Amino acid sequence: MSDHHPHEEPTRSPYASRIRAIEALLLERGILTEPEVQDKISYMEARSPANGAKLVARAWVDDDFRELLLSDGKAAASALNIDPAHPAEFVVVENTPKIHNLIVCTLCSCYPRSILGRPPDWYKSFEYRSRAVKEPRAVMREFGFEPPEGVEVVVYDSTADVRYMVLPMRPSGTEDLGEEDLARLVTRDSLVGANVPRAPIHPAPTDN
Amino acid sequence: MTYRPGDRVRVLPSRKPGHVRTPGYLKGKPGWVEAAIGPFPNPEDLAYGHSGLPARNLYRVGFKQEDLWEEYEGPAEDILYADVYEHWLEPGEGGTA
Repeated sequence: MSDHHPHEEPTRSPYASRIRAIEALLLERGILTEPEVQDKISYMEARSPANGAKLVARAWVDDDFRELLLSDGKAAASALNIDPAHPAEFVVVENTPKIHNLIVCTLCSCYPRSILGRPPDWYKSFEYRSRAVKEPRAVMREFGFEPPEGVEVVVYDSTADVRYMVLPMRPSGTEDLGEEDLARLVTRDSLVGANVPRAPIHPAPTDN
Repeated sequence: MTYRPGDRVRVLPSRKPGHVRTPGYLKGKPGWVEAAIGPFPNPEDLAYGHSGLPARNLYRVGFKQEDLWEEYEGPAEDILYADVYEHWLEPGEGGTA
């Protein structure tokens, strides 16, 4: 039986408390400084799926860039002033009319953080990590996406030193959209392959 | 042992304890080398504060989903890639794919 106290205020998790305690000790002993911690936090917060959306939108409008993104993800990121600094490899896999890719890390939560920032919570959940490899089609259905008949599903389990991102297909009906409007269609979930970008139902407002 | 793309391999059914980078569901399963990713310091050694040297070759290994799961829902063409270090692989049956 658990001995939790239902009347207690919700508190931070034991892991968060432990991290806070370790951080306080490191600061107290001068191994880390407050500005160093803040720099690291700012670095992580500056990374977001918007970086992935930029890479994808550029690839949709520029074939040369698309080839670079698929052959050398870090070089493509650098070309858009996104600093890919991280020892891990960054590999982009392309969805096509025949292949749909889905990314997972069953062992932990490996994710291209230096590009996309922190992974979504569901990506780190036991349910996603265990089910994405075993029943990827059921998982995608729950996200609202069913690969069309004849499409192969390819799962990448990032078990080691490679971080993966999906290059989704450009939705039909977006021929008139410019790069910035296209980038707005690229959701965080679509960069993992759990879902796909969709054309806007109404024409996107034009930028003035 | 080094492998080349197309080589048939099998993931060792090792029960090596501790920090390993090969997930349990792949152990003992047959697949093929899709790509050689290159040498990396061994993360299973780095995790314990060691140098990780000599570096180990990492391979992208492909598996047919129906070889991994008995009741897989989906066509026979569905596949899974995982990145597996050379010391977790042995030559598989059938030679080159």
